[in-house]
Amino acid sequence: MTNTGINIHTGTAMPLNQANVDTDQIIPKQFLTAVTRSGYGKHLFHDWRYLDQHEQVPNPDFVFNKAQHQGASVLLTRENFGCGSSREHAPWSLDDYGFKVVIGTSFADIFYDNCINNQLLPVQLASETMDQLFAIVENDPAAQITVNLQDQKVSVGDLSVTFEIAEQHKTNLIKGLDTIGQTLELDDKITAFENNLPEWQRA
Amino acid sequence: MATTLYDKIWQAHLVDVEYVKDAKKTSETGEEGLIYIDRHLIHEVTTPQAFAGLDEKSRKVRCPERTFATMDHSISTRSLALDACGPTNKLQLQTLADNCEKHGIVLFPVGHQKQGIVHVMGPELGLIQPGMTVVCGDSHTATHGAFGALAFGIGTSQVEHVFATQTLKQSKAKSMKVQVNGSLPIGITAKDIILAIIGKIGHAGATGYVIEYTGEAISALSMEERMTVCNMSIEAGAKAGLIAPDKTTFDYLKGREYAPKGDDWTQAMAYWTSLMSDKDAVFDKIIELNATDITPQVTWGTNPGQVIGVNQPVPKPSDFSDPIDKDSANKALKYMDLIAGQKLSDITVNNVFIGSCTNGRIEDMRAAAAIAKQGKVAPGVTAIVVPGSVSVKQQAEAEQLDKIFIEAGFEWRLPGCSMCLGMNDDFLKQGDRCASTSNRNFEGRQGRGARTHLVSPAMAAAAALAGHFADVRDYQ
Ligand code: SF4
Repeated sequence: MTNTGINIHTGTAMPLNQANVDTDQIIPKQFLTAVTRSGYGKHLFHDWRYLDQHEQVPNPDFVFNKAQHQGASVLLTRENFGCGSSREHAPWSLDDYGFKVVIGTSFADIFYDNCINNQLLPVQLASETMDQLFAIVENDPAAQITVNLQDQKVSVGDLSVTFEIAEQHKTNLIKGLDTIGQTLELDDKITAFENNLPEWQRA
Repeated sequence: MATTLYDKIWQAHLVDVEYVKDAKKTSETGEEGLIYIDRHLIHEVTTPQAFAGLDEKSRKVRCPERTFATMDHSISTRSLALDACGPTNKLQLQTLADNCEKHGIVLFPVGHQKQGIVHVMGPELGLIQPGMTVVCGDSHTATHGAFGALAFGIGTSQVEHVFATQTLKQSKAKSMKVQVNGSLPIGITAKDIILAIIGKIGHAGATGYVIEYTGEAISALSMEERMTVCNMSIEAGAKAGLIAPDKTTFDYLKGREYAPKGDDWTQAMAYWTSLMSDKDAVFDKIIELNATDITPQVTWGTNPGQVIGVNQPVPKPSDFSDPIDKDSANKALKYMDLIAGQKLSDITVNNVFIGSCTNGRIEDMRAAAAIAKQGKVAPGVTAIVVPGSVSVKQQAEAEQLDKIFIEAGFEWRLPGCSMCLGMNDDFLKQGDRCASTSNRNFEGRQGRGARTHLVSPAMAAAAALAGHFADVRDYQ
């Protein structure tokens, strides 16, 4: 996990104009046997990106393989992104590929938490705003999208919209906090809770 | 104030409430707290990085005695050897064994009497009890809600957080009551109930909610059936699914290895019997279904919400008014190689998978065997039966169910996740079509380019015999 924090990010977008993208698509099971957190980027969207299982033949129709979208660091998507399996390999692979921000209409709960815990910024915007963003990127793939977490703002060209994010998530993302370290500071409270449990509930 | 079962469990586990903000938003008020975790189940796939994170910071597992490990996802179902599915799988399994040893965690490795799919093993041993909070780095942790426990899947960073602190920061979810009235017709199973619910509310219909399942049809279910229902709560996007504990729950738990005994049992019962939503508790959303309307369910698409009754035709994209649903239907028909209007009985399958944490329990084996003994697996169909745990396997063998399956032409395997996700060598080839008792029909879930249709164990067995989808009610 990187602990550098994220505040303002500017980059071009990858328009993945699809709803209900599940984590089995983001990173298929055959890549989950690794015991490390890195190296998943090349397998991101494996089934859609490659025509063969050895990743030798890129699928020319898939947006990730279009010349105009290479180097993108902002992923645009639709509703219910990251549904399905809890695999944290999903944000790891998005991060390893080079994405810093994912902007979509809605996210599955576990995926959302996994993003926060990996300094990958999930931004929720209304469906109509997503329509606008997709249109802008389609017109001009080189459009620079700026996401300002402090101000909770997404801007590109003349478009500027605000988004919502919980204060706690925002702080964690900006400061890159060690959430375990924070909780460990509450050790007294945890111990007091444990001491209060009836005998039969103690492990 | 009247409270729900979820409120009660949440309240009983609050170590600290610090923030009063909705998790994803700033405009709505919600509750965020640090909650204590009673039970942590772990397996080989989602833990190596969490243990590595602990080691980097020289942190310890706070409560190894609350943590239990098994091997299930990447093991072979044909051999007990750790390297049977290659060196990377072996490394992952060995890493789990090493980490458990180092941190003093009880592990049920391949070949152990208590090994099984994490969500089958835990309940069998009595590790899951009413009112508990249960987590696992696995989205189908929702299964354990069948005991009236608050159980949900977490990511690997959160696994590490639980290791180090035995707590999790959580925001309180909204509450949904799903009430299934009346009694189930013959031939209709728990799997059909949950698929019908997901079909009704949609694949993301419960995102942000904890579901409580109630109603006569739910009360009448056995523990195993309740686990099947709760297991797929995540397939509707729910944080967790709950069923209030009752006599069925207590009878199931009594005498299990890790269940309280003697005086402890008496005290536990006094608490457990208080665990239910108050009569006038307010839910954020209420959904009602009639059990008598439910027919055998079959998914036709690439998410579990794309489901129909066995006698319904494959839908047309134009049947959907929502543009996103229409688009998803188009894509799904293409991927699944189906034609709108097609009858399910005209769709041939060449694979059948019976198993998984949804339907790999002894009652599932019995239901499938009852159909299997009526015929032979159709030519050209490969059918495998994978019990959910060693204990399920032994019980099935004691009842000679294995003989029925083998006699009918099914393969009888060793316990594990197997073809539910194919992290081992049980995966499908491009273009294969499978009637599967698992829980996800996502593109490529059972193998690149393979097509999955989710069904109940009896429906899967019927499809194996017929070579195409068949109405299990014709086999009663
Ligand atoms: S059986 Fe399938 S869904 Fe269940 S834990 Fe294993 S892989 Fe996950």
